[in-house]
Amino acid sequence: MIRGMIAIFRRELAGYFATPVAFVFIVIFLLLTGIFTFYVGAFFEQGQADLKPFFMFHPWLYLLLMPAIAMRLWAEERKTGSIELLLTLPIRLSAVVLGKFLAAWTFTAIALALTFPVWITVSYLGRPDQGVIVAGYLGSLLMAGGYLAICACLSATTHNQVIAFVLGVIVCLLFTVSGTPIVLDIITPWAPQALVETIASFSFLARFGSIVDGVIDLRDIVYFASLIIFWLYANAVVVEWRKAG
Amino acid sequence: MAMIEIKQLIMRFGTFTAVDGISFAVERGTVLGFLGPNGAGKSTTMKIITGFLAPTMGQVSVCGFDTAMAPVEAKRRIGYLPEGAPAYAEMTPREFLNFVADVRGLRRDDRRRKLDLAIERAGLGPVLEQPIDTLSKGFKRRVGLAQAILHDPDVLILDEPTDGLDPNQKFAVRALIKEMAATKAIVISTHILEEVEAVCTRSLIIARGRVLAEGTPLPDAGGWRFGEHQAAPGRLDAIFRRITTGENQHQEIAA
Ligand SMILES: Nc1ncnc2c1ncn2[C@@H]1O[C@H](COP(=O)(O)OP(=O)(O)OP(=O)(O)O)[C@@H](O)[C@H]1O
Ligand SMILES: [Mg+2]
Repeated sequence: MIRGMIAIFRRELAGYFATPVAFVFIVIFLLLTGIFTFYVGAFFEQGQADLKPFFMFHPWLYLLLMPAIAMRLWAEERKTGSIELLLTLPIRLSAVVLGKFLAAWTFTAIALALTFPVWITVSYLGRPDQGVIVAGYLGSLLMAGGYLAICACLSATTHNQVIAFVLGVIVCLLFTVSGTPIVLDIITPWAPQALVETIASFSFLARFGSIVDGVIDLRDIVYFASLIIFWLYANAVVVEWRKAG
Repeated sequence: MAMIEIKQLIMRFGTFTAVDGISFAVERGTVLGFLGPNGAGKSTTMKIITGFLAPTMGQVSVCGFDTAMAPVEAKRRIGYLPEGAPAYAEMTPREFLNFVADVRGLRRDDRRRKLDLAIERAGLGPVLEQPIDTLSKGFKRRVGLAQAILHDPDVLILDEPTDGLDPNQKFAVRALIKEMAATKAIVISTHILEEVEAVCTRSLIIARGRVLAEGTPLPDAGGWRFGEHQAAPGRLDAIFRRITTGENQHQEIAA
């Protein structure tokens, strides 16, 4: 089973690099992180040696980039009919779901790792708390996993990658902003307290924010991990349920 | 023990019944041909046998493994060429076959031998390193065929295996099917009636999700018998038309 999963993982990861799209994507990712960090985030003016302005924009970047990475995972298989081939190979559906997700996550990790010049710059300019930076990177990767799991599941609902992308952006947006004042101000006046707290607790922004501040709360990690597991499970259910159509 | 055993298969899509109570069994050494008009339910039946679709009702077992209870065990023993021979367009045939070999867990010498044999049998040599989406229709079909026979499965399910092949390749694929027939249970679907005569040892005529007739070759004279109908060699088309449009003819007579 593991061997089958690794085969799926490798095929999927190689698939990202089979076209120039992967390189274009990585360049866009690096450009955007650069622009956000140094211009919008006023990295130099801040006069502080840390990577907060860099990490702060990750949720917003991921909001658009993760749906783009995950949209092809299932929609393309559906469109070309290769899903029929894939799902008649002797491998459990859970292994296929996991292999595909891990490939997308690894691709993201590679893109994220290529931002290391930012880290080097800040280390050269000052004496940042390296522990906080490591936490920031791990938190960012974990959050990216959350976005990817959501988008992988949504990719399985359609054979149209554009629809998969749009759905992904919408649902990711909901998860990103659910804890911000924009949303809370709207629902607080009428919704019961418990509901407001539940919705607020879904927020990627708040949880990621505290990780970037160097506060590693086990609950935040458990939140992202269970979110990933939930959406991957939903992914398998959707594939099983929508196979015929 | 029959290699493929299907009992009272029913498949509904919403309110539409695509497969309506099909039962049959296929033994080792048999090449069973599915014949039937477009939309008869041939491909749907194959998708259920291979475990891609779960039937609304009914049971399928492959080599003794129930496809609902032990899907992975059943799938291990099946080679499947889906309708239209889908594959991963950006891969080359070699990469694609390597991928399938990986998922199927083939290893070392056994793997190399099986890969070489499948490539040779499907005649893929000249296009091994060319991306699949740049291949001609016939070569794409051959890639699908190579993938299906790669692990030397006990059961082969081939959905229109010779569709889009040139006459030489049609001949080669039919010869290949006959060569493999002795040790396997093979099911093919086709719209070419002479193909049934060329390779099949049994045939089912399916329409509107039901088996209308079962046919076997006549022992000495050649030709085929479907129930009370009998066809001289090369004349299966008349029987096919009579059986699949039978109701209309009766109506015409009545009118
Ligand atoms: N996913 C689906 N949803 C709804 N209807 C379907 C679905 N798949 C197949 N059908 C219907 O089921 C019927 C049988 O289709 P199937 O593909 O099995 O026919 P077939 O015998 O293989 O035909 P052909 O000779 O054209 O390949 C058709 O009427 C088809 O429209
Ligand atoms: Mg068909």
